[in-house]
Amino acid sequence: MIYSIRLTITHLYNQPAANSRHLIRVLPKTIANRQHLTTHLLQVFPEPDARSETVDFFETTSMACAHTDFHAEMSIRLACHVEVFPPAPWLDLSPDVEQLCREWQASCDLSARSPVHFLGPSPRLQPDPAITGFARDLFDPSQSTAANVIRLGQALHDLMTFDATATHVDTEAPEAFALRRGVCQDFSHIMILALQALGIPAAYVSGYLRTLPPEGGIKLEGVDAMHAWVRAWCGEDHGWIEYDPTNATLIGSDHVVVGYGRDYSDVSPVRGHLRSSGGQKNTQAVDVAIVG
Amino acid sequence: MPDPHSQPHDPWQSDLLRGYAAQVAAGAAHNDEMLARDGTVKPVWTSFVDHLAKLSSDELASRFTRGDQYLRDAGVLYRQYDESLSTEREWPLSHIPVVLGEDEWQKITEGLIERAELLEYVLRDFYGDNTLVRSGQLPATLLSQNPAWLRPMLGVGASDANLLNTLSFEIGRGPDGKWWVISDLIEAPSTAGFAIENRIAMTRVFPNFFSGANIHRLAGYFKVFQQTLFELKGRAEGEIALLSPGPMNQNYAEHAYMARYLGLLLVEGEDLIVQDGTAMVRTVAGTKPISLLWTRLPSAMFDPLELNPASMLGTPGLVQALRDGRLKTVNMVGAGVLETRALMAFLPKIARARLGRGLAMPNIATWWCGQDIQRDHVVENRERMMVGDAFSTRPLMADPSTTYLNSDANGLSAEELAAMLQRDGRNIVGQEAVTLSTSPAFENGELVPRPMCIRISMGRTEDGWAVMPGGYARVSAGADAKALAMQQGGKVADVWVTSPHKVQTPSLLSQETHAITRSSTHALLPSRAADNLFWLGRYVERSEQNMRLFRAYYARISDGADHADTVPAYMRAQLMENVAPRAGAIAKRFAAPLALGLQSASRISDRFSPDGMMALRALVKQVQLLDRRPVAVDDIPVEISSLLRQITGFAGLVHENMYRSDGWRFLSLGLSLERAANMCAVLAACTDDAAPAGALDLALEVGDSVVAHRTRFLVWANTASVVDLLGLDPQNPRSVRYHISRAKDHIAHLPRQETGHILTQAARLVMTLETRLSTRRAEEVTPEFFLQIRKDIWDISDALNEYYLV
Repeated sequence: MIYSIRLTITHLYNQPAANSRHLIRVLPKTIANRQHLTTHLLQVFPEPDARSETVDFFETTSMACAHTDFHAEMSIRLACHVEVFPPAPWLDLSPDVEQLCREWQASCDLSARSPVHFLGPSPRLQPDPAITGFARDLFDPSQSTAANVIRLGQALHDLMTFDATATHVDTEAPEAFALRRGVCQDFSHIMILALQALGIPAAYVSGYLRTLPPEGGIKLEGVDAMHAWVRAWCGEDHGWIEYDPTNATLIGSDHVVVGYGRDYSDVSPVRGHLRSSGGQKNTQAVDVAIVG
Repeated sequence: MPDPHSQPHDPWQSDLLRGYAAQVAAGAAHNDEMLARDGTVKPVWTSFVDHLAKLSSDELASRFTRGDQYLRDAGVLYRQYDESLSTEREWPLSHIPVVLGEDEWQKITEGLIERAELLEYVLRDFYGDNTLVRSGQLPATLLSQNPAWLRPMLGVGASDANLLNTLSFEIGRGPDGKWWVISDLIEAPSTAGFAIENRIAMTRVFPNFFSGANIHRLAGYFKVFQQTLFELKGRAEGEIALLSPGPMNQNYAEHAYMARYLGLLLVEGEDLIVQDGTAMVRTVAGTKPISLLWTRLPSAMFDPLELNPASMLGTPGLVQALRDGRLKTVNMVGAGVLETRALMAFLPKIARARLGRGLAMPNIATWWCGQDIQRDHVVENRERMMVGDAFSTRPLMADPSTTYLNSDANGLSAEELAAMLQRDGRNIVGQEAVTLSTSPAFENGELVPRPMCIRISMGRTEDGWAVMPGGYARVSAGADAKALAMQQGGKVADVWVTSPHKVQTPSLLSQETHAITRSSTHALLPSRAADNLFWLGRYVERSEQNMRLFRAYYARISDGADHADTVPAYMRAQLMENVAPRAGAIAKRFAAPLALGLQSASRISDRFSPDGMMALRALVKQVQLLDRRPVAVDDIPVEISSLLRQITGFAGLVHENMYRSDGWRFLSLGLSLERAANMCAVLAACTDDAAPAGALDLALEVGDSVVAHRTRFLVWANTASVVDLLGLDPQNPRSVRYHISRAKDHIAHLPRQETGHILTQAARLVMTLETRLSTRRAEEVTPEFFLQIRKDIWDISDALNEYYLV
């Protein structure tokens, strides 16, 4: 299946800003046997005075750009094609959580794929008693790790209401959990904290979701902007699985990965710094369509 | 011998020494630096003890005061934080040194150099291929969970350059007499600058002793270190700068001192900008490249874009400049990971694997509770153990959040403790509570044994590591080692490394006979520094003006006028922003800008003369005193006259003593523009038709031109004569015209003023203004004219701000 993805992010500054620098992480990854970025065009307006591309520790491609002169608006436009392959048939090879903890404790691996980076706490996520309690209540030690991940994700989805007005990009997970409302970022942050409370390494995934459901399917939540979901480690044999708590589903071919991180801060689409006296207004528009 | 002419003298006749010996014998200390176990004075201490015993308590007191005075005058301060409030505190010098023999020092040095090399190896591995983790010598989570391990810096371990170039260690002596490393200070060791100030202060305390005693000098170390920095920079184009977190940091005084001492540019994050991949400093002469930063920031704060996004201290883009090889830092950004407590549990093993033996100087025994064997050791030995966060970089014993397992307070049973450590062990380390040796401190007229540890600085040179011989020890405020931290009342002592032979005395002054022009470093004036100098000038002048108004006001009140009378009431309404008719409120009008001026000055203490700082501090203190004690209304004019003499003295100091640099020009510009604008306000108010009788005399008084008026005019003050003298006269240093001409001259000499006929906005404005003032006749001038001039003056200020300071 080939997707055509179009993204526009616009920052409007109340006061013109100068000397700004941004890191932009919006480009889909190429992952063997899963997704392949075939063509892409990433533009920034106004034209940056300098731009360079780097791949960060978690292997996300990020574009750094700098603007020297005053500008009142910055927009980022991405157009790309990504080929997504259907997932392999599901087979649960994961151990129980106790065994899982022994596995990561013995890990001597510091590569980006290693579970040891995703134990928490992380820059945005500190353990929260309410979320820990929620996780412990649901936890079934007799079942496999993967079964627990799905069980927890489903329960979180049932408990929470998708509400794009209840929270904002800086809302902390415990606050969203207390509200029982939020968007994909909040769902994912809460699920990460819940999994980590049980000793299951969990990561944040940033990416895209197809806009229109397949015929007969239901429209998914979170299609108006970039999406986020969770990646959970299920042992040396099973590796990582991905789960979308906002839509209570394991990841199939509707999701396109941009990057993995410990939380939103590691993979935020635009991380920026500028000298400006005023605030700013950000908008985002996404379209993910099937072209073949 | 310090004093060959003295009579033989038995130090034991001194109460000071006998009292100390009694305390040591009573078991207050397990191991004392000065007294051997048999109660005799250790040989390296004898000449100092002899000297000390000969001094009367009065002599001692006056000498201690002299040392403290030096530190105050030099502006050596220590910033203390107390519930979000920060105050400047006097540098807590302990006036009694710690004395060590050079043989022992040599051994310490060798042990620490070995450790420094091991740390370099470990750091390279952390940011390189992670062999230590892959081979199982170090648990993976100690890095992956470590906030000080900065992922964006991965890969720099592959570079050929040394990652560590300067570091400090804190070491203590245990009950067995052996030295232990208490902490590795990698990130921002604030040792060397304070050490040299300690030393200078101590030469004031014991002036007669130093000349004869063979104490190793500190100055040589700085020369070597300066050399190192220049070698590191190599041939790269660009300056070397010391990057400081700024005046709110507790060690800012040291940063300013080191920058001045080593001839480095002192910058803060907001001074820097990354352009085309190169770090640049924004100066009044435009942006200039920086090729080497000696960074005193916590590493994670270095770049808000790629590291901690909340950082207000760093500069976005610096990490990219590092990756591109366009910028070097001392030390490597991310080196702070070496300070992680839990690492101490693994260094001994890493050392054995690498060196084939243990470290010559071990670190304080540490256990990481993420491993069964180590955790069990902590549980079994809980009586002697303290535990805390594995990733913290503070020594356990100096951390208030440390838990002492022997105390009943936390009331955990062995099982509960084991369960807690089992659950969260990978985030916890244990250390044995240590007992430190004691050294004498002077408290309430007697010598008392206090736990102490020594801080040692070293820097890499072409020929290996150079170690600063002495200089810095921390002495606890109580018998307990927990009170070592300055925040908790601890003191800092000088450390004397003595030799049986005559020591080399490197002079601070260069031996070269010909003058070498400094690199352009000192000519560079960062925009932020210029801004602070400009505002220093403005604040001080504003304060002076308001003092003059205050004096004039109370001269009238003490003459019998009432606050409601026409002249006082008119003054308050037109010249004093409707201030309430109370002395305190009116005094605040000069006290507040003065305090702001001092703030500005302390932000640029590296470019402002110590004498100037001293004068300013004294003035602020004087004003505060005035605020506290009751002053009779009749005495106010006299008191203020004394303040005015001081503040004029400050202006004189600036004028007479400051090098005619760009910095001086910005300071002078601030003074001149503020004075001209204030005089405009006075003239507008006092020449207005609505002004009460006596207003013209008031203007002359506030303008300090009563005598000048009498000399220049044969008439009583009239509007034209006052306007002429205070407004248009180019010869009167109190007139508007005089200061506009001065401002014009300063602006013309600033960098980036185009030659020829193209003028900058500020130059154009000031020239127009001068022309208007010089072509106007006194009789034609109206109050509105002066109000307009005042507005134009602030336009010049804005233009300067936009062009140079933003």
